Amino acid sequence: MSSDSGLAVQHGTDQGGLGQGTEGAAAQVGDQVRNAPKPQDPAWAPGAVRIERVLGASLAVLGAGPETVLQHLIALQHAFSYVPEEAVARLVAALGVTRAQILAAVDFYAFLHQTPRGRFDIRFSDNITDRMLGSEALLAQLCAALGVRPGEPREDGAVCVDCTSCTGMCDQGPAALVNGYALTRLDAERIRRIAALVETGTPLAHWPRELFVVSNNVEQPGLLLSDLEPREAGLHALLRRGADAVLATLAESGLRGRGGAGFTTADKWRFCRDAPGREKVVVCNADEGEPGTFKDRVLLASYADLVLEGMTIAAGVIGASQGFLYLRGEYRHLLEHLDAVLTRRRAWGLLGGGIGAWPGSALGARGGFDFDIRIHLGAGAYICGEESALIESLEGKRGIPRKRPPFPVTAGYLDRPTLVNNVETFVAAARIAEHGGGWFRGQGTERSPGSKILSISGDCTWPGVYEVPFGTSVAEVLERCGGADTQAVQVSGAAGVTLLPTEFERKLAFEDLPTAGSFMVLDRRRDLLEMVRSFAAFFAHESCGFCTPCRVGGRLVLDLVEKVAAGAGGTHDLDELRDIALVMRRASHCGLGQTAANHVLDTLDKFPRIYRERLRGADYAPSFDLDAALAEARALRKRKDAAAHLALEG
Amino acid sequence: MTDAHSTPSTDSASAERSAFTLDGRCIPFAPGETIMDAALAAGVYIPHLCHKPGYAPHGSCRVCVVRADGRELSACTAPALAGLKVESETEDIHALRLAVLQMLFVEGNHVCPACEASGACALQAVAYHCGMLTPRFPQRFPQRALDASHPDFILDHNRCILCELCVRASRDHDRKRVFAVSGRGIASRLIVDAPSGRLGDTSFSSEDEAAQVCPVGAILLRRRAFRVPIGKRRYDLAPISRTGDVATQLQAELEAETLDT
Repeated sequence: MSSDSGLAVQHGTDQGGLGQGTEGAAAQVGDQVRNAPKPQDPAWAPGAVRIERVLGASLAVLGAGPETVLQHLIALQHAFSYVPEEAVARLVAALGVTRAQILAAVDFYAFLHQTPRGRFDIRFSDNITDRMLGSEALLAQLCAALGVRPGEPREDGAVCVDCTSCTGMCDQGPAALVNGYALTRLDAERIRRIAALVETGTPLAHWPRELFVVSNNVEQPGLLLSDLEPREAGLHALLRRGADAVLATLAESGLRGRGGAGFTTADKWRFCRDAPGREKVVVCNADEGEPGTFKDRVLLASYADLVLEGMTIAAGVIGASQGFLYLRGEYRHLLEHLDAVLTRRRAWGLLGGGIGAWPGSALGARGGFDFDIRIHLGAGAYICGEESALIESLEGKRGIPRKRPPFPVTAGYLDRPTLVNNVETFVAAARIAEHGGGWFRGQGTERSPGSKILSISGDCTWPGVYEVPFGTSVAEVLERCGGADTQAVQVSGAAGVTLLPTEFERKLAFEDLPTAGSFMVLDRRRDLLEMVRSFAAFFAHESCGFCTPCRVGGRLVLDLVEKVAAGAGGTHDLDELRDIALVMRRASHCGLGQTAANHVLDTLDKFPRIYRERLRGADYAPSFDLDAALAEARALRKRKDAAAHLALEG
Repeated sequence: MTDAHSTPSTDSASAERSAFTLDGRCIPFAPGETIMDAALAAGVYIPHLCHKPGYAPHGSCRVCVVRADGRELSACTAPALAGLKVESETEDIHALRLAVLQMLFVEGNHVCPACEASGACALQAVAYHCGMLTPRFPQRFPQRALDASHPDFILDHNRCILCELCVRASRDHDRKRVFAVSGRGIASRLIVDAPSGRLGDTSFSSEDEAAQVCPVGAILLRRRAFRVPIGKRRYDLAPISRTGDVATQLQAELEAETLDT
């Protein structure tokens, strides 16, 4: 099964000319901006006319509500490779948001920039699985070929090469994004071709399509994946039997949220249905950012009808008229496809006004129900997978998790009762509405009914998407995907649990190993400390910065892991690492911070060797390296001789 | 991510209705109050930095972390529940709180002996209250700017702890939206709403509530630095657990000065 990555018109939009960086933006206070790349050639500044064209189109589609600001910023970024200063002023006037709020958002989302990136903005996926497939060498190769350094736009405005968090292509990596579109299966030959395409200024629409092929790699279908033909039977069940009956069926199925937390879906739907407030909202969380997970991409690429049907059933049950599909920016290649499916469903009367307003329908008497769905693009922020941060992002703000209570089911998007479910949850709900709760309960365990769709990557023969009944052991999964000589399995992503081989009989289920689906296999060749470093860097980068333990602790953890990896750590550093990790787990504001150091605690307990073998030996080793601190002085004096270095002791 | 906001068991609730215990002490509360609200009303101090009575709970600094129902909560955001057993002054919670404070101290550039807010700074006072006498983690020494563009104020980013009190005061009380937090993670930082990015080019004024709420020395009123000499300042005289929030104190000082002249 494979699907092309739906490349379409949007590629060419306005990438032909690129803008000048604005001094205004660069003059901001703060470390980050001061280190930002210098503005580019003034000859390329997008004029007021082009800015107006892009913004005008965006405003015409989305309106000028303050909650639309993020979508306008994404449109500008896509057109110009940055958000021009002039456009900021225009948005301030049009939306009634402040300039500071806009800049705060631009600075928050990894895919938005205040200075131009270049005609081609290339970002290598930096998950540990990409690295295991050789992404670092490919990044270096591309940088050398193009004469750039990572993260620094080339002076001629042609290109910027950088890294980004996992792009969800771990089964077909090493992967990257170019102007937001997914590149897969990179190798030295493809990198040479990409460098040539960049140097010749070939518009993205004319790049060879095979670079953009995204495969589904469904290796093992189960309860859901073997029956994905769209036939709207779940929706018909709703119309035939009514909302209460469908909710009862869902309760009978015991379905629990597939995003990882495992809250009972029927309860969530019922809480939202019963919440006071007439304007209710259904949100599909398609922001799967957990490193190593990609199964939602497959569901959205090939089974979008079923996802949208599940959302529509939810809307009918809880009485919502507004729906959002929050699509992570990394899956931009799916945008045109999803828009087309939405358009078709509207044409078929499956979305829009009066759904099910036909004779015989249980909802027919009251003219059916009104429900429509809009796609909201993310812009590179893992935290937006947390449901309240996702809602903040839907409102155009930085993705900061809210405090609870109130819960989204009572006060979510614009304080309306809001139901947020995972992509897979909606798929399961649609099929349960059709086949019944007993059908679903026929698989899985008492506390974890049904199946789980896994994203399997890393050291195995057949990486891809596997659907297994809950209760399946890790060993069984490893056998099916061809994992051999396995050193460790990382279940449920960077925030999940690191398993020793002696734990492989444990079961994937909420009562044992809860998982959102990520399953990364590392064999004995791998340096597990490199995995720890990768995850620590990921969380330091993805912390929203709201609360102290995650904002500061996450960075301290990364520093300590790097210190140990560099062979400069002492046993005191390991004690501190554990202590900071526990502070993060216990004192952080949200689930990200609470789980961000799981991998550190797990590996300290289960794989102490990876730390111990690198210790300098001393109980305490200073993090300050005097010789390294003299590097700047050496550079100024152009000294490279041994006498310019401090004699190394011992 | 977890939806577990469990309700307390009802068996003992009849005797303890509308009261919870804080370190064994009975704390009455009114419906809708948080653990922090009720504790402060009962005269029990829970260390905090981003919380200010009268402001919407925020829960970002995590200094007010307490333990209840087998897990940690921020007292300023957690609703008070009848029969809840809350632990605050235990060794365990104390260690957590101390670590959070130690993180704040290395994140910014907090040099108490050279700071004009010394003695009137909530970060310093809370740290003393919690027994923090030495730094612990490696200093990050971030390079942060000092904004002296405003005629009446200095904005010193070195001391900002991202409590967002000024953000909330300006947005919710002054209706100006002068401040915002930008960026993310360790690069998060306070910005102001002006094309130049400078405080002097905003509508910020000494009349603003946002001018009174900074718990540290990040937003400093000019020309009054050492009117109250070090050694005679609020927290020099009495610990923060008895004195209360710095913001109200500053305001009181200003009012007293206005009366004097």
